[in-house]
Amino acid sequence: MNSARSVAPGDAAAAAWMPIFGAWLIAAASTLGALFFGEVMQLPPCVLCWYQRIFMFPLVLILPLGLFPLDPRVVRYGLALALPGGLVATFHLLLVAGVVPESIKPCTQGVPCSETVIEWFGFLTIPLLSAVAFSTIIALLVAAHLRSRK
Amino acid sequence: MKQKTLFVIAALLLLLGFIVAALLYNVEKEEQAGQFAAANNAALVRMHSPSLGPAEASVVIVEFLDPACETCAAFYPLVKQIMAANPGRIRLVLRYAPFHKGSDQVVAALEAARKQGKYWQALEMLLARQNDWVQNHAAQVARIWPLLEAAGLDLQKLRSDMAAPEIAGVIEQDLLDAQTLKVTKTPEYFVNGKPLPRFGIEPLKQLIDEALAASRR
Repeated sequence: MNSARSVAPGDAAAAAWMPIFGAWLIAAASTLGALFFGEVMQLPPCVLCWYQRIFMFPLVLILPLGLFPLDPRVVRYGLALALPGGLVATFHLLLVAGVVPESIKPCTQGVPCSETVIEWFGFLTIPLLSAVAFSTIIALLVAAHLRSRK
Repeated sequence: MKQKTLFVIAALLLLLGFIVAALLYNVEKEEQAGQFAAANNAALVRMHSPSLGPAEASVVIVEFLDPACETCAAFYPLVKQIMAANPGRIRLVLRYAPFHKGSDQVVAALEAARKQGKYWQALEMLLARQNDWVQNHAAQVARIWPLLEAAGLDLQKLRSDMAAPEIAGVIEQDLLDAQTLKVTKTPEYFVNGKPLPRFGIEPLKQLIDEALAASRR
């Protein structure tokens, strides 16, 4: 998302509302998506997926606390979850791509993380969706931070 | 405030989308499962399977059962109740899915009991007293003998019959058919060839009621 160089009219801090709301939208959609894969389609999540869930699900509850009333400091708490989540998602992507060698793969029992369960349009996998979601959330939260400082 | 409205609408839309998607997915999956079972109907009923109830019954329940499975033991009396409530209209066919460790030996004992004409007595005794011989999800075959003796079986004959190759063949065929029908959990029920949409006694009752209603028409 375009980081906010344009200053919104009125209260500078208020300009942070939209990006935080956007980040919440993505977190909520990702959470529901993960629940759909897990609970509706009954695909068992692999270990790395669980870690990404751990970082994604709380965002759905924490970000709205910074929206009502608007508290731009929620960016700090949000990033504390989104950054590690993004790291796990990146690691997962590298694992699926085969960049990370098999030997340091953390999950050998149960559902292997390198297994591709879903591939939409030939490229869209669950780890890719997760990585895109986390990086967009990070970008939006950083944008909110920059806007609120103006 | 406008922002609150926006937030609430977005939250509701997301939830609604989730619910609609889940419903659509389940409907489609149910349909696929039905078609799959219909396509593999040949694997559902074999001549060798023990059955209870009249051959001309309009509703046939095929149950994949593991005698060592707790839920199977819990469901068995419920199915019997449904059958008792509709006398002469339901036939129960048992297929074996001995997924628990040691359970295949228990199935062999049941099949041997069938040769003595005491199959259902043996099965009901073993299911009712399952706690006596299933430990940590493994069947302790040594503990079924006193129960079978109490059910009136000739143990000596039973043990020699158990080793019959046709019994091993029955178990093998049933496991193969379970695999073909994608039965991975027990008990699994097919009512007139239709699988349960969801697991549970209510979906089973509903499926049986539907089949009974369809046969009345």
